[in-house]
Amino acid sequence: MVQAVPLKVLAGSSFLDRPVTGGYASDMLSLVMAGAKAGNVWVTMQGHPNVAAVASLLGLAAVVVTEDSPVDPATLQRAEENGVPVLATGLDTFSLVAELARLGVRGVRSGPGS
Amino acid sequence: MNSLRPIFADLHLHTVASACAEVEMIPPLIVRRARELGIELLAVTDHHSVENAAAVQEAARAVGIEVLAGMEVQTREEVHVVCYFDDTVQAEQWQEMIWKRLPGMANRPEFFGEQYVVDATGAYVRTNERLLQTSTDLSFDELFWLAEQWGVLAVPAHVDRPRYSLFANLGVLPETVRLPGVEISRNIAPQEALRRFPSLRGLGMVQSGDAHRLKEMTNSTLLKLKEPTAQEVRKALLGQEGRSVKILEER
Repeated sequence: MVQAVPLKVLAGSSFLDRPVTGGYASDMLSLVMAGAKAGNVWVTMQGHPNVAAVASLLGLAAVVVTEDSPVDPATLQRAEENGVPVLATGLDTFSLVAELARLGVRGVRSGPGS
Repeated sequence: MNSLRPIFADLHLHTVASACAEVEMIPPLIVRRARELGIELLAVTDHHSVENAAAVQEAARAVGIEVLAGMEVQTREEVHVVCYFDDTVQAEQWQEMIWKRLPGMANRPEFFGEQYVVDATGAYVRTNERLLQTSTDLSFDELFWLAEQWGVLAVPAHVDRPRYSLFANLGVLPETVRLPGVEISRNIAPQEALRRFPSLRGLGMVQSGDAHRLKEMTNSTLLKLKEPTAQEVRKALLGQEGRSVKILEER
């Protein structure tokens, strides 16, 4: 995924081998806490340290920060400590999700493949 | 040693400087409603503006209601935070700093509403033509860091709301910021807030109206302060030196 899109690795480069179970996109952390599943890739514009906390809490496979939004250094530090890969792209969320879908990553509520 | 006194307060209030506020939110009507409700301390907290604070202060002076200058700031994560100032010059400098962190676009009153600066009688002085009702580029953590540097009291607003709030947008209490306390909305009882957000236990809590119309002003927060200042409110939230804050049931 990192090579195919491609994505920059900001943190957690030694944890990139986890299987991806699906994807979830939102900038509202409360919704992510309620909606994302373990092993998901989370696509967001948020760079707050709570992003690393929530990703770790849910056991997500990775976080992708879109539009090269600023990511707080504390976020990267916490992600590194918690083994959460933080990836970045210049693409906007819509375009990135389209790319991920092309690679076979599916939304948590999407039906059988097309 | 001056004694502490109980003061009923509503620390989140919009005037006609906020695009989303009703036209009735002018100084004399705000003061009259505060009197009816027995509110003794108000804070004017318009969106990214302190321009109407002095007018409300002037209107309130004659009836002995105290008014803090304040501002509601929207962080990059779209979390609302109310800020309080003890010094008019500082409030204006803070406003200047905040305006530089806004996108520098013009307000579109047909979408957002007008942003009027008024005098103590409510008479029109000027229109603020900046787009104020949008996010600054400050992160939540950066805003609290700045507030600490400036000695400004900053409190996350209406943390129980489903949008523009700490819990909705950032999920959990950040471990990276030391909060003096939080504000809950008028829609939730403090016990219910603690049940829904157990991490609030031990934090000072105020309940404020976030009034955009007169009937939304709220008088449930009872502070015990030496004097009605932002620094005293900070002490009350932190429970320092006998200062305290309590949210009463319906008054």
